[in-house]
Amino acid sequence: MKPAPFEYVRPGSIAEACELLAADEDARVISGGQTLVPMLAMRLARPARLVDIYRLPELNGIRIDGDVLAIGATTRQVQVERSAAAQQALPLLARALPWVGHPPTRNRGTVGGSVAHADPSAEIPLVAVTLAAEIEITNPDGVSTMPADDFFIGPMLTAVMPGDCVTAVRFPIWRHARVGTGFHEVSARQSDFAFVAAAAQIALDDNGQCIEAALGIGGVGDRAVRLDVSGLIGGRPDKTAIVELVRDASQVLEATSDLHASADYRMRVAVTLGVRALEDAFRDAQGGAQ
Amino acid sequence: MKVSLNVNGRTREAEVEPRKTLLDTLREDLSLVGSHAGCEHGVCGACTILLDGEPVRSCLMFAAQADGYAITTIEGLAPAPGELSVLQDAFCETHGMQCGYCTPGMILAAQALLQRVTEPSREDIVDAISGNICRCTGYGQIVEAIELAAERLRQVNMPRSSANADNAPAAPHGDRS
Repeated sequence: MKPAPFEYVRPGSIAEACELLAADEDARVISGGQTLVPMLAMRLARPARLVDIYRLPELNGIRIDGDVLAIGATTRQVQVERSAAAQQALPLLARALPWVGHPPTRNRGTVGGSVAHADPSAEIPLVAVTLAAEIEITNPDGVSTMPADDFFIGPMLTAVMPGDCVTAVRFPIWRHARVGTGFHEVSARQSDFAFVAAAAQIALDDNGQCIEAALGIGGVGDRAVRLDVSGLIGGRPDKTAIVELVRDASQVLEATSDLHASADYRMRVAVTLGVRALEDAFRDAQGGAQ
Repeated sequence: MKVSLNVNGRTREAEVEPRKTLLDTLREDLSLVGSHAGCEHGVCGACTILLDGEPVRSCLMFAAQADGYAITTIEGLAPAPGELSVLQDAFCETHGMQCGYCTPGMILAAQALLQRVTEPSREDIVDAISGNICRCTGYGQIVEAIELAAERLRQVNMPRSSANADNAPAAPHGDRS
């Protein structure tokens, strides 16, 4: 057995789960376990107690709530991948999901788990930051939400406090008639950790003018970052304009170097993939072929 | 703690520590050693099992979490002792293995695909086994094995007259053409 010993509890409600988490600072939530169990196996995490929320029915499901698609924390990634409602309302997430792990890990891995672990190269947090999603947190005091941008702090580090449990992710739905998306990623192998990932979503009006634009970059630094591409709005930018804008916007990125890729490489690739993702999103919104 | 698991259609009980993975429980407590321990942290796919028909990594869950699911291991695929399933047979026939370490995981990942998709494209197959590592570089023949099994399963499900019409079912050990 590779993990350090722990006690396993399966609470019957989210309230009970939060109480267990608040009572013991060495307690940790387990859901799909696709990020946590490897960390336990390598003893990067040694919780004294695992609080299993995976089977709590109130945390599983995909729901349209006005202009928001709310995905319960323990909703499996494969459920979102196969949900027609999610594909239609959140095309960017649909496009990113095939990049998340592999089919067997998506069968058990959850949306909330990916968000709660905050791996800097993870795709679901990237989409959450790009679209300015809100993270729903439940604790013994009640339910609150926090913008994704405030939630993610650094590698495997979030604003979650002891007693907090991520219970849903609320993604805004763009209601424009012409919405397009683009997603690109560079990794050592298909579905391995991204060195750089770029997610873009664009909305056009009837005349083909850009009315809303979002671009996020993941994998480059400590966490996914939303770049300021508001310069695209009101225009019909050509490739040169997009390249210039992404190059300027990417100045805010702080790239890390590791065994796999240097900071310089990551910065270069971030601009290239950011441009490609935006170009794809424009083509997609115009109804053209990818 | 005591766990009760439904494995290959039978209820099995085991006394395990909470930190014992489903993989270790299957291998050590239930003597089902067809699920292989490779990397033991979710990278290689050798420990793949089916949970309610869907492939998952048995090293990434604890036995304590596995009650209430229908668990299928490689031992549960063959229709009878001494026989092979269509997929297993196809792997033998196309030499879809060399050392065999990845094979149970490959077969179960493919089994789940063929349950869902009757006419998988090459991309579907590659995606379905993308989480399973073969270090003998046998992917070419593994893909071929899954294509062959898919073809045979389609023909099994066809009325005999139409299956015979222009494309006779491949003989179990015969020529594929």
